[in-house]
Amino acid sequence: MAVDNRLTAIGGDAPPASTNGERPAARVNDLAFKIGTVNGTGSASANGLLRSAIFRMGIPVSGKNLFPSNIQGLPTWYEIRANADGHTARTARFDLVVAMNPATYQRDVEEVTPGGWVMYDSTWPLPRELDRDDVTFLGIPLAKMTVDNFKGSRVRILMKNICYVGALAALLKMDLEIVRGLLNETFAAKAKLLDANQLAISLGYDYALEHFDCPLPVHLETMDGNRDSIVIDGNTAAALGCVYAGATVAAWYPITPSTSLVDAFTGFCHQFRKDPETGRNRFAIIQAEDELAAAGMVIGAAWAGARAFTSTSGAGLSLMSEFIGLAYYAEVPSVFFDVQRVGPSTGMPTRTQQGDIQFAAYASHGDTRHIVIFPANPHECFDFAVEAFDLAERFQTPIFVLTDLDIGMNDWVIPKLEWDDAYRPDRGKVLTAEELEAATGPFHRYLDVDGDGIPWRTLPGVHPNGAYLTRGSGHDRFGNYTEDSEPYADVLARVGRKIDGAAPHLPAPEIRLRDGAKIGLVTIGGCRGAVLEAVEELAERGIDADYMRVRAFPFHPDVEPFLAAHEVNFVIEQNRDGQLRKLLISETDAEKDALVSILYYGGYPMSCHHVMDGLAPHIDIRTPAGSRESAALGAAPHGAAP
Amino acid sequence: MSYIKKPRVHHPGLTRNRLGLTRRDYEGTMSTLCAGCGHDSITAAIIEAFWELEIAPHEVAKTSGIGCSGKTPTYFLKEAHGFNGVHGRMPSITTGAHAANRELVCIGVSGDGDSLSIGMGQFAHVVRRNVDMLYIIENNGVYGLTKGQFSASADVGSTAKRGQVNREHPIDSVLLSLNLGAGFVARSFSGDKEQLVPIIKAGLRHRGFALIDVISPCVTFNDHRGSTKSYQYTRDNYNQLVYADFVPPAEEIATSIEAGNMRSVQMHDGSRIAFRKVPEDYDPTDRDQVYSYIRGRQRAGEVATGLLYVEPAPRDATDAVDFHGIQGTVDEPLSHYPFEDLCPGAEALEKLQKRFQ
Repeated sequence: MAVDNRLTAIGGDAPPASTNGERPAARVNDLAFKIGTVNGTGSASANGLLRSAIFRMGIPVSGKNLFPSNIQGLPTWYEIRANADGHTARTARFDLVVAMNPATYQRDVEEVTPGGWVMYDSTWPLPRELDRDDVTFLGIPLAKMTVDNFKGSRVRILMKNICYVGALAALLKMDLEIVRGLLNETFAAKAKLLDANQLAISLGYDYALEHFDCPLPVHLETMDGNRDSIVIDGNTAAALGCVYAGATVAAWYPITPSTSLVDAFTGFCHQFRKDPETGRNRFAIIQAEDELAAAGMVIGAAWAGARAFTSTSGAGLSLMSEFIGLAYYAEVPSVFFDVQRVGPSTGMPTRTQQGDIQFAAYASHGDTRHIVIFPANPHECFDFAVEAFDLAERFQTPIFVLTDLDIGMNDWVIPKLEWDDAYRPDRGKVLTAEELEAATGPFHRYLDVDGDGIPWRTLPGVHPNGAYLTRGSGHDRFGNYTEDSEPYADVLARVGRKIDGAAPHLPAPEIRLRDGAKIGLVTIGGCRGAVLEAVEELAERGIDADYMRVRAFPFHPDVEPFLAAHEVNFVIEQNRDGQLRKLLISETDAEKDALVSILYYGGYPMSCHHVMDGLAPHIDIRTPAGSRESAALGAAPHGAAP
Repeated sequence: MSYIKKPRVHHPGLTRNRLGLTRRDYEGTMSTLCAGCGHDSITAAIIEAFWELEIAPHEVAKTSGIGCSGKTPTYFLKEAHGFNGVHGRMPSITTGAHAANRELVCIGVSGDGDSLSIGMGQFAHVVRRNVDMLYIIENNGVYGLTKGQFSASADVGSTAKRGQVNREHPIDSVLLSLNLGAGFVARSFSGDKEQLVPIIKAGLRHRGFALIDVISPCVTFNDHRGSTKSYQYTRDNYNQLVYADFVPPAEEIATSIEAGNMRSVQMHDGSRIAFRKVPEDYDPTDRDQVYSYIRGRQRAGEVATGLLYVEPAPRDATDAVDFHGIQGTVDEPLSHYPFEDLCPGAEALEKLQKRFQ
């Protein structure tokens, strides 16, 4: 059943102060809840089960895993947002919190929106000081339930999680058959575990039905919003893109949050890249001794003619910057995935940020300037991964694909991935053995034969006429060592022209215009969802804003006209220094004063309320009639909100 | 040393190998190193070895790092692709190139600074990975290009040109690589081409990682009295511990070998290493024994040289595998693998995505 949730939301969403003790009116398929647990207790599979069940009910949904840089014993949260309109960016407004971790009870209880619910394990009483009279506490004796019904401490811990899934199924009116069906699929080969899980679901479900007024007024209904969608994380999608692009060599060093990209690549290679007769590998995946070596291996492999890539995060990119300069100057096609996390230095390894934008654009010493592409979601991770290899070989330069922890590791609902079997890799200007054999003159590696700044290259082992010495030291257009001013400058200027010339061939910005809009909202990468939601929210308040998401550096020719068309452009990104804004100022003719930063860099994915908060000091946002996000406005200080 | 261009026309009577190539065809551009530099002698030995082995130059990938040694790939095999990368990172570039195209004959030239200081990590790991390459360390005990600072291979007590005495312990690439599991370990001297050429040939034919540490005196900064890497010191303390010949698959072992003291080790491609002379109670295939023997010679102040250790070809495929054996890679180079066999296609993608629903 499709529900116009916006109408119900307007009807039921009174300002926070007046909700005390009142029962909220019904709101369907527009809710967010959060589960606070201890990491290492197996809650990930229970939370994934919830997210999958909601997806199969046809409701657009996202799952955000806020996890610690630790293996066992520290707090971890999983946030689920279901929204019929497809708004699945992170929200700060939680209708319900499942508080399973005593260490974070206080914080978890505080985060429930007034009128909402707190589910907790009532085997032990909740501390009195946590009491709030504007929320409803739902106590379920989860520990007792599992002790009574299961044997073995590990099983009991695991089943406690499944019990709260059962209870939530009843409270949120989830389709129980879907939940049970998912368990059947997961434990098809493990009958004993399946029985335990199904029992745990029943225990939680029955308890909730018996003790609470189910369903809650804020709940879910089956709809048909996911027919052509999948749930996938960005690292998995990017890895799949690498397989489809024909990448054969991956070199990497483990680092959160990029590790799962290579893990997924490994899995797909074992699935798709085994020689059917010999069982041998049509790929090489090398776990390097550090990121320096990983970058060197990628460059060596690409130089020898393979499509090669590495996957890392900011700390690793810092280490790679020496090799990045080499690949830029020696013009070796190579692909670098940077799944950004919070910096500087070690920073917060399991939190998300967009802090490497400027660094990637100009990484390494000397005059360097790189092609960087910015996917917004797993769908673009797949498409841009393929594109990255084509760009790298077409422009003979390192390509950076900048995602972040939120895109890379969290579950996103995206339209199904598509593939055109007519696709063939663009290997760029590579001379074949036949061409080299027929050559009438000597081959010159860095000569701009075609006037587009892109020279021809040759691969080792192909033909004696193609030989040259690749070097990071000064070289002239013929590929010879030089310390002379003009031949050196000649090559460096040509490489600069090559990168400039790439701009129109890179992904164009995503632009959405509204009639009469006077302001522009400019953003990048994973902020997309939050900003698009803000555009709608603004429209509901009578403010029209144009939207542009930059998808590549150097900037596409469409970027500057958008900026010029607005008196003010709010540049929304997840870093302290307004890195995208700074790049726009230095690389376009946009007026500095016409670009205003809206920044959130606290480490969690950006929410609509961050955007609205940031806009509030600058534009007159009228008091909304009943906008849901408004409840969170003002709750979070600018730049530091959760 | 000289910017004189090499002549384009060569003497018509130069000896040709079976590929129809003369030694000149295995040369590169004129060396720009100091007159008398040991590195140039090593370059000459490399040229000789490739010519004798009859390897087509364009099938070779030659790599180097930074420093005087880093310049040398320019001086040999002009018809081979070369990569003069960044300081200490030659191993990773070579690993990548070998991963992409296993048919390339990989030779990496490095120095003691390049391999044992800034590149120590990459050196250790390229040994561990058993990348099929010949790795030459041109070992002179100093940083030549920055004018004579001690390197990590400088011996305790060795003096610099201006008189400073080194007090830090040296890193010995031979002992280190024995420790790390290298299957082919040699030490030689740039001044002994007769010993060096067969070792280079054997190293090129060894499947897996082969190290040759070549004492290569720096005539400008480390050839004085008090240096333990000078021509004089090396000659005075030279101990040709092991005499070995490289015997290609088709050839018989020459008869001049001393009877009774000969041992032959079979290599992967059917060629053999014939040990003409080794000390009594020295087994060049016994890693532990070689290690302690060399330590003993070093304590006696000797520079023990020769093909010191070689791992015999494994009896079966599961034993001691090289990089691609460990990786389980297909025989065809990945760099030229047909795209049709790499991309799973639209149908597979459609099927796969059921997993994500």
